[in-house]
Amino acid sequence: MIDFGYAPLKINIHDLDKADLSLMDWITARDESFRLCIACGSCTATCTAGNFTNFSFRELCHSIRRGEVEKAVRESEKCMLCGKCTLVCPRNVNTRNIIKLVRKANQNFRV
Amino acid sequence: MKEHPFVIPFTIGLTFVILYTVVMWTIWVVRLTRREKKIIWKRLLTVKTLRGIWETIREGLFHRNIFKKNVILGFMHMSLAFGWFMLIVLGNLEARLYPHGLINPPYYPIFFEFFRHDLSPLREYEEIFTFLMDFFLLLVISGIGIAFFKRYKSKVMGMHRTTKHILIDRIALTSLWLIFPFRILAESVTAGLYNTGHFFTNFLGQQVIYGLPLDQLYYPSWWAYSIALGSFFVALPFSRYMHIPTEILLIFLRKYGVREKDSHSSYTNVELNACSRCGICIDSCHLSTDLGISDTQPTYFIRDLRYSKPSERLRETCMLCMRCLKACPVGIEITQIRKNERSEHQLFSPTSYSYLNGYAYPKAKVAFFAGCMGHLTPNIIKSTLLLLDAAGIDYTFIDRNGSICCGRPLQLNGEVDAAKQLIDKNNRLIYETGANCLVTTCPICASEFKKNYHMSIPIYHHSQYLWELTNQGRLVFNQSNLNVAYHDPCELSRGLGVVDEPRKLLKSAVVLTENSNQTKQNSLCCGGSLAITNTSAFQKSTIAASTVLQLANNTTDLIATACPLCKKTLAAAQNDVPVQDISEIMVKALMDSRKASLSEAKVKMASPKLEVVEEYK
Repeated sequence: MIDFGYAPLKINIHDLDKADLSLMDWITARDESFRLCIACGSCTATCTAGNFTNFSFRELCHSIRRGEVEKAVRESEKCMLCGKCTLVCPRNVNTRNIIKLVRKANQNFRV
Repeated sequence: MKEHPFVIPFTIGLTFVILYTVVMWTIWVVRLTRREKKIIWKRLLTVKTLRGIWETIREGLFHRNIFKKNVILGFMHMSLAFGWFMLIVLGNLEARLYPHGLINPPYYPIFFEFFRHDLSPLREYEEIFTFLMDFFLLLVISGIGIAFFKRYKSKVMGMHRTTKHILIDRIALTSLWLIFPFRILAESVTAGLYNTGHFFTNFLGQQVIYGLPLDQLYYPSWWAYSIALGSFFVALPFSRYMHIPTEILLIFLRKYGVREKDSHSSYTNVELNACSRCGICIDSCHLSTDLGISDTQPTYFIRDLRYSKPSERLRETCMLCMRCLKACPVGIEITQIRKNERSEHQLFSPTSYSYLNGYAYPKAKVAFFAGCMGHLTPNIIKSTLLLLDAAGIDYTFIDRNGSICCGRPLQLNGEVDAAKQLIDKNNRLIYETGANCLVTTCPICASEFKKNYHMSIPIYHHSQYLWELTNQGRLVFNQSNLNVAYHDPCELSRGLGVVDEPRKLLKSAVVLTENSNQTKQNSLCCGGSLAITNTSAFQKSTIAASTVLQLANNTTDLIATACPLCKKTLAAAQNDVPVQDISEIMVKALMDSRKASLSEAKVKMASPKLEVVEEYK
């Protein structure tokens, strides 16, 4: 590779080949609607919890897809399960179920 | 008296069932909390005991609640319970009036006809006793006949789906059904041989089966009767028929004021055992009627909880809409039990929401709380605020800059510890506003405020508050001939019992028609419930569409509801009938009345409020 004198930061490099996708597989097996997300961010825009803190369901989905399991588990706890995201989702992703599945995965098999 | 070993199966069964009941009753009562025991002692010698006795007779023997659901179904239960009860009572009376003393073994009255063929010592009572015994036997067998028929055509009795029973229930059921045919056989054979009985057994014995070898049938038929009784009694404690002895205890405990708490208790065990698995809850459940999910209803949930632990699917597949609660003839607190069961599997930690520190609501006199769902439907907020303005209320929109969730969704999902944080936080913030009254547009929030916040200030749902203002004459609406059907939100109608205020409010502006009998406390659910997470969007809209179909007919212009979530769910599912919140309808009526009064007076009023009204339009 040509060295231009600059490169992406190490922490920003995410190798999907090496990512731990067990959480994503576990969730998709239980709720197919996870696949439907187009990352439009409507959920984040309406989020009750997101009004008070740095919490984004869209980001959470990204974390799951990228295998950032610990981050996903940590973030999921901020949710209040109020259900606004489910109502606004244009793709009918069952968002609350996905949050609960992340919590369950955390308890059941310590991803 | 000629002793015979055929009484042994019955005697063993009866002894077993009585011992088991006594032991279980004792365990349940002993395990109640100290407070519960105290209130029971206190209320033992009050009118509550008499009420308990009355309810035991009314429900245990006559099954009034089932009669209300369906007459044939009620008759079936009544004939079995009351008929059998009378057979036992009359049999005992008969045996005790017989001039050989009051003391006799427990099997003696049951097999009285075997032991005594000549009832003439009863003198003037002979005729009436033999007649009544035959009459009640006929009543019971008619109940069995209907029960048998119900296995194949339950729809006739208003039940589209019935419970699928497990093996022990089937064994107990078969024994129960066999008891009375065997009794008739035994008594008819005896009547054939010794000319006993009355119009029924005597007729059968003397006119119908007289040609059979009655001598050889005599002992076997009494054996069969005794074995059927014995096997029913032995199976009873492990089957659904445990509800018979348990329901009596349940009725009394309930009358004394014992209720389901925030976790499973001894009272829960009484309730679990008092479930007869009649399956009436199945038909009341939207998941069954609209989605075809007919294996997660309370009848199955309670069964699994009684024997072991319900599966995760069983625990979670419920909208907690409380329709089954209203349908249950035994009055088991199904919804609370399921919530408590969920709370034993919490997923959120009790420190989830530490980020909420440092947030405050503004000071207020009348605090208006929109809630999460309210914020998702700005039109409802706007309309309600306009109406409050028009009535001259000095309110403050406390969560204008974002509300903390009331905690109801977490609560419904069993996350009570996480919900507790939100409740504590919100409660303190609302207290700090100094408000003397709280108004919310969301029944979900209102329900949580009322049930778990223990606030000292009155809490109103906006439909209640607006009705109060209208009643005081502070809001005047233009009466239109818009044909409106009202959808009762679950949390408002069954949860808080608010059914009249929204109706009165609507009637002051539009024509309210009830197209379905599934309204008020029996109202349908919109399907958008926050208590369930494992239904898809498609399934939710299927429920909503079916609800709209039942609520509206082709003359309905509009469906009114009083919940932002119901509005969203019902409106998203179909395009035929527009759905509006009660406040939106009322603000329209208010504008019309203002316009009317304006044109009458032909004066242009320069009201800043009115500009907003125009803008809204």
